[in-house]
Amino acid sequence: MLDDFLLRALAAGIGVALLAGPLGCFVVWRRMAYLGDSLAHSALLGIAIGLLLDLEATLAIVFAGLAFAVLLVGLQQQRQLATDTLLGLLAHSGLAIGLVVLSFAEGVRVDLMGYLFGDVLAVRSRDLLWIWGGGALLVGVLAALWRPLLLATLQEDMARAEGQPVLALRFALTLLLALTVALAMKVVGILLITSLLIVPAAAARPLARTPVAMALIAAAAGSLSVAGGIGGSYLADTPTGPSIVVAALLLFLLSQAASALARRARAA
Amino acid sequence: MSERLAEARQVSVSFAGREALKAVDFSIRRGEIVSLIGPNGSGKSTLVRVLLGLLRPDRGSVARAPDLKVGYVPQRLALDASLPLPVAGLLSLPTRRPEAERRQALAEVGVPHLWDAQIHELSGGELQRVMLARAILRGSDLLVLDEPASAVDVAGQAALFDLIGRVRDRRGCGVLLVSHNLHVVMAGADRVVCLNHHVCCTGSPEAVGLDPSFAELFGGSARALGLYHHHHDHDHALSGETAPPATGTGG
Repeated sequence: MLDDFLLRALAAGIGVALLAGPLGCFVVWRRMAYLGDSLAHSALLGIAIGLLLDLEATLAIVFAGLAFAVLLVGLQQQRQLATDTLLGLLAHSGLAIGLVVLSFAEGVRVDLMGYLFGDVLAVRSRDLLWIWGGGALLVGVLAALWRPLLLATLQEDMARAEGQPVLALRFALTLLLALTVALAMKVVGILLITSLLIVPAAAARPLARTPVAMALIAAAAGSLSVAGGIGGSYLADTPTGPSIVVAALLLFLLSQAASALARRARAA
Repeated sequence: MSERLAEARQVSVSFAGREALKAVDFSIRRGEIVSLIGPNGSGKSTLVRVLLGLLRPDRGSVARAPDLKVGYVPQRLALDASLPLPVAGLLSLPTRRPEAERRQALAEVGVPHLWDAQIHELSGGELQRVMLARAILRGSDLLVLDEPASAVDVAGQAALFDLIGRVRDRRGCGVLLVSHNLHVVMAGADRVVCLNHHVCCTGSPEAVGLDPSFAELFGGSARALGLYHHHHDHDHALSGETAPPATGTGG
């Protein structure tokens, strides 16, 4: 018989995976992995401020992500520094300021490891509500923007010439990412969130011939990784968040091997 | 006269103090194929962006036909193999289209067999035709082709411009060809506009070919066309500014 906390962990993990799979495809297609990482790092600052002000952690991270997106677009208006420099600057200052601020939060018990590596086994019913309610909303927004986002990914000038609000789309995607980071933090933690976005999408790539197929396979691969990781960590007593990422990596290697074999069979 | 699709009047644009466009007049009408030619960095793409309303000019005015539908055919796509996308799917961006319409558009540009092909596996010429099919499918009033000759060999270029002419005849749209490669884009055009920050010359391909400022701008390549003509009404300084004539060093 499975324990309640395991079931809640599974439900939370799969809820996040169903959102992270399709969104992660865009991260892979648009080469935004570093942006996801930076958003996640700066989330710690949100958590720290949330603790000081006694805000709901998820809400605090959402605000931090929003501030990050606005700050990034603002800094991109100057032309002397490239975006990856700005991202590195924002990410690590966010992380550093967050750690400094946390040290001031005296009397507040802070489970830093829980934030950095996730604590999916400690998921409460209220977290599930956040993850599934918020996740459904975000998947809905992504689905509504799917075709315009794809067009803008193919060629921004073309999309713009044809009347697509390219800048708004880019901002919307950043926002979706920020909100996903907020929802996913409990499951794999700040340091590993990007892997939940890109590893299932990368595993799905050899198996897909259309964008939608890749998104669905990525969602499935992510869910499988969550189940495998939680199961593995239960049996072998390993940390759960990292175990989920290791399971996703195994799926990626499996799909790479399968596609290499298929190529060889076709060539023979 | 047929309907005017887009027009720029006395448009000037500067970037960080450098003038990209200087009092440029330009217009394109329905049913017309216009070639916009000029060297790299002559302000061609700036003019296109102004015409399409993506860039506000510092001075001058721009008018577009109401609800103008633009079909933009880029030089290349930003996509790599990480995005799996069949031609059939591309034709349904950004809105879903019935399969019969999509297949017909592909047939119209001569590549019906590419329906299932992955975009990242297409050759330059195939991709261009597929993008053209997509522009047709959207019912575009104005097709804008960016460097249409760059991705195809010479034989392919002739076929491509034949095709563009047929599309114009059948659909009655306006076509704007933007290129720094004059050999091909001039041939099939009704009108050529030669740009180097200002409009150097404009008219039929033959008239422009004989224009001294054209020969000045394109130097060797114009001579290779047998179009070189040795009279100047103005010279070009290195910045592309029009320099006063009769300094005795030109030519």
